[in-house]
Amino acid sequence: MIQNVYDDEVPKVVTIKETIIETPTVKTFIFPFQITEDIHPGQFVMVWDLNTEKPMTISVIDKENNQMGITVRKAGPFTENMYENIDVGDKIGIRGPYGHGYELSDYKKILAVGGGSGIASLAPLLSFYDNVDLISAASCKEELVFVEKFEKENIKVHECTDDGSQGFKGFSTELAEQMLQTGEYDIIVGCGPEIMSYKLLELSQKYDVDCQLALDRYMKCGLGICGQCCIDDTGYRVCVEGPVFDKKQLSQLSEFGKYRRDAAGSIVKY
Amino acid sequence: MLKSNILGMKLKNPLFLAAGILGTTASSMKMVARAGAGGIVTKSFSLEANDGYENPTIVKIEGGVINSVGLASPGVEAKKEELMELEEIRDETPVIASIYGDSEEVFCEVAEQTKKLVDAFELNVSCPHAKCGFGSNIGEDPEMTYNIVSSVKDAIKDVPIIVKLTPNVTDITKIAKASEEAGADALTLINSVGPGLRIDYQTAKPILNNVLGGIAGPMIKPIALKCVYNTYKTVDIPIFGVGGIKDYRDVLEFMYAGASLLQIGTSIMYDGPEIFKNITDDLSIFLEENGYNNITEIIGLSHEL
Repeated sequence: MIQNVYDDEVPKVVTIKETIIETPTVKTFIFPFQITEDIHPGQFVMVWDLNTEKPMTISVIDKENNQMGITVRKAGPFTENMYENIDVGDKIGIRGPYGHGYELSDYKKILAVGGGSGIASLAPLLSFYDNVDLISAASCKEELVFVEKFEKENIKVHECTDDGSQGFKGFSTELAEQMLQTGEYDIIVGCGPEIMSYKLLELSQKYDVDCQLALDRYMKCGLGICGQCCIDDTGYRVCVEGPVFDKKQLSQLSEFGKYRRDAAGSIVKY
Repeated sequence: MLKSNILGMKLKNPLFLAAGILGTTASSMKMVARAGAGGIVTKSFSLEANDGYENPTIVKIEGGVINSVGLASPGVEAKKEELMELEEIRDETPVIASIYGDSEEVFCEVAEQTKKLVDAFELNVSCPHAKCGFGSNIGEDPEMTYNIVSSVKDAIKDVPIIVKLTPNVTDITKIAKASEEAGADALTLINSVGPGLRIDYQTAKPILNNVLGGIAGPMIKPIALKCVYNTYKTVDIPIFGVGGIKDYRDVLEFMYAGASLLQIGTSIMYDGPEIFKNITDDLSIFLEENGYNNITEIIGLSHEL
């Protein structure tokens, strides 16, 4: 009944093997990691810069070379330090992978929508499934993430920018709606700003397709005990029951799209 | 079989959610109640909001965790909102507020503001990773503990006061006795052990941002049991046993040692909130198979043999 009682899960310290500057604010870090069968797209790892620690989605799951990657956007002191100061040869600590990823084996045609660095959570889907149409959205051309990576791997991506400097002009949700109107898709998956994700859930309801979305909440333990990332009204732990939730779960989340909690656990409205 | 009536609380089973675990929001506490907990202890809170320490705040180690969350919590105003939402479960699942502070005045003020919303208070005078002046800084000293307990007791007449003690003292029974003499209605034994330390072997960096943290989980059970066993002989008030309970056999050990009630924390990491139902089911079967009529019959059994 009791599993892993004797497991030690201190961070595994790895040496960065490759870094890729994706945009002026987004950078990818590749490091050696034993890729086992139970590692799935949508899961996350706790990343320790040998000082502080934050949850990061896994952006590269490379079974052939036993490598993993994370992709971070400069958004605060931790990610700014990662972007500016951590490079090839440097060491970081990794705990995990943790949480529930995307479960897409039952679907015929998948529409995946990534907003900004949210595409990091979705990109590994392309090495697990061959029935994914991917929308990559950003404010402008310079902020589109993984453009070269997708080109190199010969993957067609529907690009989308708010200002029209590349691809579709407008919000990712507008492009998603156009694509849903074809009736080809039986699920929409997404990761990005919460307002975008919330609209994706609404679209899935409007077009009666399934939905799986990755959510982001302040995390401390990643192990399901501190309670910091619990989400109203179900009390689901984003680190265990999430970060990817399905349509039924998402419909029960009264705080989704409305507010989150900060380091103290106080409510912060969107 | 598992029902009891202690400190004015009618309990369907004696297994409470321990302080500090899944106790920040009303919805997470309700989720644990739905999963089968007999009662809830909130995460500790005080007058002001507190971010606690920077991550890493928790690291999983062999047989448990080391944690230095540092009493992260919203202040009493925000916590009142969460407590109000728990009103609907209190008939079935009593709610104990864990509160902390650095003075008698703060403890009393927090208790005063929330007393109508809870079934008991658990005074946290034992957190091993709190900032100076809080937590175990108080609970390592019988006189300071006495003063805080008696002040809260004087200020709050109708709500039971439980004192959660640290094992990191030469003789826990002295602090237990001081708490009882100050008017405590019950004790919780024990808060986490240590503090302890883990260092990454490659980089020589301490893993926790705060360097040191309290050790919890199955590895501390023998220490917790000793504390309960010794304290049971010294005081006449009920004892909550906590420290590494992961299945019904651990519950039996704690009750034989003298605990009337139990709390579960770290083991939720292994088995999820379902652990409450698993343990209560197994416990009922054990008691029935061994000819007991009620779980209260086994409290302190080891002392009678």
